[in-house]
Amino acid sequence: MDTFEIKRHKVELMKYLRKNLEFVKKEVGVLPENMIEKCPSCRTVFSYKELSENLRVCPSCGHHFKMTAYERIDMMCDEGSFHELAAGAVSHDVLDFPEYRRVLKEAKQQSGLNEAYVFGTCRINARHAVIGVLDSSFIMGSMGSVVGEKIALSIEIAQRKKYPLVIFSASGGARMQEGTVSLMQMAKTASAIKRFDRAGGLFISILTDPTTGGVLASYASLGDIIIAEPGALIGFAGPRVIEQTIGEKLPEGFQRSEYLLEHGFLDMIVDRIHMKETVAKLMSLNERRS
Amino acid sequence: MAQLSAYEKLGLARRNDRPRTMDYIDQMFSDFIELKGDRCYGDDPAVVGGIAFYKGIPVTVLGNRRGKNVEENLRFNFGMPNPEGYRKSQRLARQAEKFGRPVICFIDTPGAYPGKGAEERGQGQAIAENIALFSDLSVPVVSIVIGEGGSGGALAFGAADSVLMMENAVYEILSPEGFASILWRNSSLASRACRLMKPTAQDLKELGIIDEIVSEPPGGAHTDPRAAIKNADRAVYGHVTRLLKEDPDALVENRYRKYRRIDGRRRQMQHT
Repeated sequence: MDTFEIKRHKVELMKYLRKNLEFVKKEVGVLPENMIEKCPSCRTVFSYKELSENLRVCPSCGHHFKMTAYERIDMMCDEGSFHELAAGAVSHDVLDFPEYRRVLKEAKQQSGLNEAYVFGTCRINARHAVIGVLDSSFIMGSMGSVVGEKIALSIEIAQRKKYPLVIFSASGGARMQEGTVSLMQMAKTASAIKRFDRAGGLFISILTDPTTGGVLASYASLGDIIIAEPGALIGFAGPRVIEQTIGEKLPEGFQRSEYLLEHGFLDMIVDRIHMKETVAKLMSLNERRS
Repeated sequence: MAQLSAYEKLGLARRNDRPRTMDYIDQMFSDFIELKGDRCYGDDPAVVGGIAFYKGIPVTVLGNRRGKNVEENLRFNFGMPNPEGYRKSQRLARQAEKFGRPVICFIDTPGAYPGKGAEERGQGQAIAENIALFSDLSVPVVSIVIGEGGSGGALAFGAADSVLMMENAVYEILSPEGFASILWRNSSLASRACRLMKPTAQDLKELGIIDEIVSEPPGGAHTDPRAAIKNADRAVYGHVTRLLKEDPDALVENRYRKYRRIDGRRRQMQHT
């Protein structure tokens, strides 16, 4: 093998390690110290540690790497303040869909999660909140019946406790393997947000790469404040489908955060380094005077 | 008819000679007046909306509009709404609430239009707002899937107190072609996808997603459109009159509970 090939193998291995992080941690106990990741945008290579310390933002070009649900929770919540709820909920093969059981099992193993949505109560700069995070490493963060149920629960708990609700979305949309049952989760989550809204609750919706399909077309678009991370793909239809439909190439930057901001669908784009501080400030500014 | 496969039903649902929203409107209502425009950007020909008398009751009517031939289909964008359609629907639904009119929706779309302009003008946001608004309306909402109900584009009109389906209609997460293309990167596996997706009225009744199946004449609605629409009329009227007796707060609460419950478990519809 020449040097180039070795490098390529190393990058592949690191990709595998990253993808199966939780699995490797559990089976091997430790992560290789010099585990590296390559920035898909500027192609610079960093150590895993270096990236983690920078909230998984590329130190050289600012590209936002994908984050796991717990990495986000660590980044947003005051230390030790997160209490996860409904952590044990697992999906069932509601339509007897071929391969779905296997897909679920693999997703669990690779991500170390029971489902794509993790939520609980926490404090953000000492303020109480309910935080929910979709993790795209679990079947593309897709919304099936359990994800829909957990999202609705997180909304209802925020309403009951009168806490602000902060949800980080990252999703390919509705979960295909649960068919029309998944589709109905759009109605479930959107109507739960509507009730929360009526009750005077504050919902800060944060769209990360990617937020598409049925997730964008339901609760995620209904925030009092809608924030996106830089460069995130945000759209109802996927770019491939649009290109096939209209028979032309889409322009550079189409359906990215900056494009959505320009078209009036976001309040702001906030990079990860400033996310916690911005959310905390928004929470304090939106506190109801009583 | 029960022996037809899901894919065969999809074929029936897509037939050009199948009765469409305008046929239902013409036969079921009197004095229909179409109301156009979203007061924001434009009027979406793929969504028809208006007010009419329904056996003496003033109602707001919304529906997906599809053509019966190529020219009409081009005009109505094959029934695929743009954000303007969903915003028009929001405007008319708010008006319905203001004047205490029940809302009746006819669902018949392969999905929201996946176009460049549609994305630019916020297709996802328009659908989300539509669902949220419908979930909270203090007037009865009855929706009926008369042909193909595809994806969030169809669900936008489907957050209703009662959801009915014609016997051979399908209601799906995505068109089977799109589904096969996403899962297996091969759109020609549509017939397999269609079977696995369980999109028929019978499947969805069993899953507790719809409330009633409306029977079609033998051979399908196109063999005797008048008879098919008459069946739909009888069923829809039953739901509208029942719901009109309910207290507005109870209506909204029950609608919420109804969607809150859907979790994929098979159940007898002992409660609605």
